[in-house]
Amino acid sequence: MLNLDSKIPAGAITEKWDKHRAEMKLVNPANKRKYTVIVVGTGLAGGAAAASLAELGYKVECFTFHDSPRRAHSIAAQGGINAAKNYQNDGDSIWRLFYDTVKGGDFRAREANVYRLAQVSVNIIDQCVAQGVPFAREYGGYLGNRSFGGAQVSRTFYAKGQTGQQLLLGAYSALSRQIGAGTVNMHNRKEMLDLVIVDGQARGIVTRDLVSGKIESFAADAVILATGGYANVFYLSTNAKACNVTSIYRAHKKGAGLANPCYTQIHPTCIPVSGDHQSKLTLMSESLRNDGRIWVPKSKGDKRAAQDIPESERDYYLERKYPSFGNLSPRDIASRAAKEACDEGRGVGHSGFGVYLDFADSIHRLSEATIAERYGNLFEMYERITGENPYKTPMRIYPAPHYTMGGLWVDYNLMSTIPGLHVLGEANFSDHGANRLGASALMQGLADGYFVIPYTLGHYLASNKLDKVTTEHPEFKKVEEEVTNQTKRFLSINGKRSTNSFHRELGLLMWDKCGMARTEKSLKEALQRIPELREEFWKNVRVSGSGEELNQSLEHAGRVADFLEFAELMCYDALEREESCGGHFRSEYQTEDGEALRNDAKFCHAAVWEYDGYGKKPIRHKEELTFDNVHLATRSYK
Amino acid sequence: MKLNLKIWRQQNAGTEGKVVDYMLDDVSPDMSFLEMLDILNEKLIVKGDEPVAFDHDCREGICGACSLMINGVPHGPEKATTTCQLHMRKFHDGEEITIEPWRANAFPVIKDLVVDRSSFDRIIQKGGFISASTGNAPDGNAIPISKIDADLAMDNAACIGCGACVAACKNGSASLFVSAKVAHLGYLPQGQPERFRRVIAMVDQMDTEGFGSCSNTYDCEAACPKGISVRNIARMNRDYLKANLFGV
Repeated sequence: MLNLDSKIPAGAITEKWDKHRAEMKLVNPANKRKYTVIVVGTGLAGGAAAASLAELGYKVECFTFHDSPRRAHSIAAQGGINAAKNYQNDGDSIWRLFYDTVKGGDFRAREANVYRLAQVSVNIIDQCVAQGVPFAREYGGYLGNRSFGGAQVSRTFYAKGQTGQQLLLGAYSALSRQIGAGTVNMHNRKEMLDLVIVDGQARGIVTRDLVSGKIESFAADAVILATGGYANVFYLSTNAKACNVTSIYRAHKKGAGLANPCYTQIHPTCIPVSGDHQSKLTLMSESLRNDGRIWVPKSKGDKRAAQDIPESERDYYLERKYPSFGNLSPRDIASRAAKEACDEGRGVGHSGFGVYLDFADSIHRLSEATIAERYGNLFEMYERITGENPYKTPMRIYPAPHYTMGGLWVDYNLMSTIPGLHVLGEANFSDHGANRLGASALMQGLADGYFVIPYTLGHYLASNKLDKVTTEHPEFKKVEEEVTNQTKRFLSINGKRSTNSFHRELGLLMWDKCGMARTEKSLKEALQRIPELREEFWKNVRVSGSGEELNQSLEHAGRVADFLEFAELMCYDALEREESCGGHFRSEYQTEDGEALRNDAKFCHAAVWEYDGYGKKPIRHKEELTFDNVHLATRSYK
Repeated sequence: MKLNLKIWRQQNAGTEGKVVDYMLDDVSPDMSFLEMLDILNEKLIVKGDEPVAFDHDCREGICGACSLMINGVPHGPEKATTTCQLHMRKFHDGEEITIEPWRANAFPVIKDLVVDRSSFDRIIQKGGFISASTGNAPDGNAIPISKIDADLAMDNAACIGCGACVAACKNGSASLFVSAKVAHLGYLPQGQPERFRRVIAMVDQMDTEGFGSCSNTYDCEAACPKGISVRNIARMNRDYLKANLFGV
């Protein structure tokens, strides 16, 4: 049975975090060095957490499967980071950022967490500037802002089209400083393969050294997972190739509740698929929607080149359907509208799965040089991939899996249902509800890492009795053996199909049956097919080489095996949530004009799943959500 | 397209490597270079052979994980482009393509095309940061920074740490990498207090790691997928000289 006490502090929403900070227990500076904390993942959340905890004096063991902590996929975020600074004097405030985020999340996030996120957003910008993050500046020397989807104010800070890179390098530099000082013990190319629980508390992890193949244990007083999202369950996504669900799924199998896995975000502006060889999809920043206009031909099957279609025969469908937000409508809405246009046969490009993102008007209004300054690197990237010049012909874009709002359930202190196991960033479920607004992922990752966990982890350590545990404990030996056996099993199957071919097949199935739109029928079909595919995997996968060396197909095998179980959980969640909200669109539940139809009476809760054994249906629990500050309303961007 | 691939295969750091030939059919010009290698690996795996190991991750030119010497050129023939963003339309049917790992004293080969670039991390750990612990930093607008300086800092902060500059250099020097970080932080007011300590610490670590010296051939700039300028190296040398003459 899961304990779903969210531990939201009492009091007015504007005062909860301050009050909680004042009341949380502290670890005295001399005692901090007696505690060891494991941090898995070195993206914005993990890198920021590892650095900040080490600065406080904790002993940190930090892990990444990359060759360097600077490679985490936070690096690929392009557009920006939100903060309620109100530098533009356009009416922004902490309250408004909170409101926009709750509304953007389609009223499926926890109010108290979101308010805290909006509060610390302002500190994040200050911290990053102090670290030397080169945010865009105006000629007067002050910070610049741009606007982003789902908001009517300009609150997005940016560093060209490489904001994620710059923020990650900021966190990486802070982390590097601690590694250099000897307070963080950094483990590169080591992949966490399981969690170790001793006496009900998360006390360590078991890893595989990706170069030597050695299976090792690490013990600690608390474990932090900051291992990102699971959009690669779709195989084709904007995630990096190595992104996976393994660490959170294996924690789930050890008892951590996993919340809302069906909330997956499909990003509206990605480069369309070009063929069967495709290995990943490339995002074009949402910021492009500031100056690009989205359209398709008015008539079906119009195969003329974009420039030959006169203005009167173009349908700027976002501007038409959502006049007040237009091209800056939230991601879920913009994605579904693109799918609808293509499903009607009005899509562009040779596959018919694409819509135009056209900069001609902006270039005319502002000059090509201004557009180049704003988006030059994105335009170059587009041209490299497609061979087309977006200054001359409109970009073609199509939605693609991008971000996952679901993840391990955490309480207000970011602790999962397993005591001591904390989860940060995209890996948890907490702040974005059923849909994340643009430029909010970077904000949440850094909020969790810099400004939440340093407080709440101390509180956990100070308020719990933690017996001394070493890796000699039998529980570590047991988990090591399980991990070793799984590795041996992969190598002994000697089947006929590669891990990649299974991953690709699973991804296609999930995109068809549990993608941008889902139905009871499609989900039941997926639930039928996934176990069959999993069975075939365990009989017919081929992993060559040995376990005692760098073996990339062995690494991938473990990740695909977990996706093959996790996919089923995702479909159960999508099936039982009989409503449409945010990134979860059930075709049966829509308004007459095709908008998502929530069912607040039955589904105003987070669904938290408990693992009940291999191949068994997991158990669904609920955390009821209450909205005391933002009135539960139908989202409207019209 | 048909390709004749000549690929460096090496079991591990302790064994000798060699070039192995592979013929590959049905390569689409729309494939990325790494997707072409995926297809080769798929074929090798199904046959029971070991796939070619190579580092890669984001496949959108920003994480810096991918590498590869392609026909002797880091990241291949297209200017300012990482291997993952290089597409097969840049090659022709029947072409022979030689693929090797980065070659440098400070980047030992781990397996096949994968090298160990942790020396870069150790250089950053010595001083590639501003010591600003998490906490109550002053307001982001408290120190105005001229747009020109902010833009210059950004241009240099764009380095992805891939190591192409080292691979391109006949001396295996990391000067472009180190100077980009020195310049990024050196253009900003926040970076001034540690400016001279930083340059000494980073340059010393670069030497300790076994990187060579700069002899101004500019191959690094030509190979850099992010267009980092060699002018930074002169700037770094000036700071290094000043730091040594006047102390830190």
